[in-house]
Amino acid sequence: MHRYILNRLLLSIPTLIGAAALVFLLMRLIPGDICMVRLGGSGGTVSASALAACHAQIGLERSLPLQFLDFIGGFAIGDFGTSMWSGKPVVQEIASRLPVSLEIALLATIVAVAIAIPLGTISALKQNSWLDHVVRTVAIAGIATPSFWLGILSILIVLDVSHYLLGSPWMPSIDYVPLWDDPWGNLSIVILPAITIGYRYSAVTMRMTRSAMLEVLREDYIRTARAKGLVEQLIINRHALKNAMLPVVTLIGMEFAFLIGGLVVTEQVFNLNGIGRLFVLAVQNQDYTLTQALVMLTVAVFVVTNLVVDVLYAWLDPRIRFG
Amino acid sequence: MTALLDVRNLHTHFRTGAGLVRAVDGVSYTVDAGETVAIVGESGSGKSVGAMSILRLIPDPPGRIVEGQILFGGRDLLGLSAEEMRAVRGGEIGMVFQEPMTSLNPVLTIGRQMTETLQQHRGADRATADRRALELLSLVGIADPKRRLGQYPHQLSGGMRQRIMIAIALTCEPRLIIADEPTTALDVTIQAQILELMTGLTRRLNVALVIITHNLGVVARYASRVNVMYAGRIVESGPAADLYHDPRHPYTIALLRSVPRLDRPRQARLDPVEGQPPDLTRLDGGCAFRPRCRFAVAACAEARPPLEPAGASGHQSACFRRNELSAAQAAA
Repeated sequence: MHRYILNRLLLSIPTLIGAAALVFLLMRLIPGDICMVRLGGSGGTVSASALAACHAQIGLERSLPLQFLDFIGGFAIGDFGTSMWSGKPVVQEIASRLPVSLEIALLATIVAVAIAIPLGTISALKQNSWLDHVVRTVAIAGIATPSFWLGILSILIVLDVSHYLLGSPWMPSIDYVPLWDDPWGNLSIVILPAITIGYRYSAVTMRMTRSAMLEVLREDYIRTARAKGLVEQLIINRHALKNAMLPVVTLIGMEFAFLIGGLVVTEQVFNLNGIGRLFVLAVQNQDYTLTQALVMLTVAVFVVTNLVVDVLYAWLDPRIRFG
Repeated sequence: MTALLDVRNLHTHFRTGAGLVRAVDGVSYTVDAGETVAIVGESGSGKSVGAMSILRLIPDPPGRIVEGQILFGGRDLLGLSAEEMRAVRGGEIGMVFQEPMTSLNPVLTIGRQMTETLQQHRGADRATADRRALELLSLVGIADPKRRLGQYPHQLSGGMRQRIMIAIALTCEPRLIIADEPTTALDVTIQAQILELMTGLTRRLNVALVIITHNLGVVARYASRVNVMYAGRIVESGPAADLYHDPRHPYTIALLRSVPRLDRPRQARLDPVEGQPPDLTRLDGGCAFRPRCRFAVAACAEARPPLEPAGASGHQSACFRRNELSAAQAAA
């Protein structure tokens, strides 16, 4: 198993280099650059000498291959550079935003799994009953409802309810506090976005659980389990669920990876300073170093999540383990 | 002496988009303790549905047992509660399915799949269940049973998996085993081994065996009695030897002509059963085999012939011309 994981990690190196080349070129295909944004911000014309000085200051006057090697080389030795916009180290910029994104992603995943797997299973077991119809309707609504709208709605509900109960509207603080400094304050900030995102996430997962479960329940080995006279609970938990979890695990992994850095609008709604917002800012400012680092982070998250999914797969399915 | 299994006037229907399918349409037969009975028919004749009905394993919807009695050791299985029925499944009646490749759970070890039956029915602890599993594996002729217990189905061949299925069916010392096409999915050489094993074990342990097959060759050798099914009904029933040497239903005759036999001259041509199996949603009031029958007469269109005695004692046929058939066949 260790060998397998090591192999997979080594195989991810070409993926990372490919992604690096792609983001490097794409960023430089956008007309203008950070110096134009910085100097031309007020709308005036930019003098050629000022532009050249700015380029020289942040190293944009060098040839593209040289810049690329600088970027890749830096990453290879763990030097991620400084943000072209703020001048602060990229690591510091990301480190201040990652906890909130990571926490929301994890919490949303927990919410989603906790709702989706039991409900999806029950829905499949009681196929076409009123319960199944309710669950499926709620799931379809979850997929159809944009997260940001649900976010706005949840904020309004909190405001209204707190106004009614406490006499004055209450809102969690905007400033992010780490979980271990102020658990209550931290949870009050992340719980609403986590539920908002978790709802849609659980809707997708629930539908997958239901259909995977329905498929598994038609398998011959489930009939065998019934013919052996096993109690229903054992048939579901031991014989069906483990098989049905295979596609569900893949889906959860993909959704989770997307949540790191993909929550641009939701972060906006809840006024959270997460990775998604940093991403937009970096691209707007044409901050090459920061954008590059963020893309590499996202790619790394996908690679690691995929690896975790594959390891889980092997644990669930002996045909892969011994194959 | 009362029979171990007494199926009386069983009707199992399926509601489908195309209409009501009477998959099993009034089937009656008995199985004595320790006896081997074969149920023969082509795909769609209702033979598997009939067998699954005994254990009440027909998925509802779309299927439903609408009428009849299934007396097992004097109790009507159709009247049992879900809990009582569960005790019968795997406890008193074992089942072996057609596809050993898909009938075992791919993500659970052989050991787990073998021991859970005993744990469920007898409340056995792990060690007892493991011992029984090892004993059963040796019984069904699997070498190195200890190692096999820790393995997964995909690490075993089809023949071995079917041996495991037989071992699972035998776990709780049942009085009856129902085998639904147990050898159809296997290589020909393995088929004989598995059949020998099953009939040998059931004889030794005095377990009754209902073997469902489309292969009349299997029947002649291993079963004492045979029920031939067509379109949801038994069309001929009797001792295997009688049925084989003196068939009294045109369908049985056609089936026998369609398989190679060693007791026929080599020059004899194989004669496939003409036409298609009937569409069970569009049966009329006449004999269902009529459109494919070379002996059909006007009376066959008017009523479905009932199962009535023909030839030797215990031999029955559902054909109006059952008594003319031996002569007709001799002439053919």
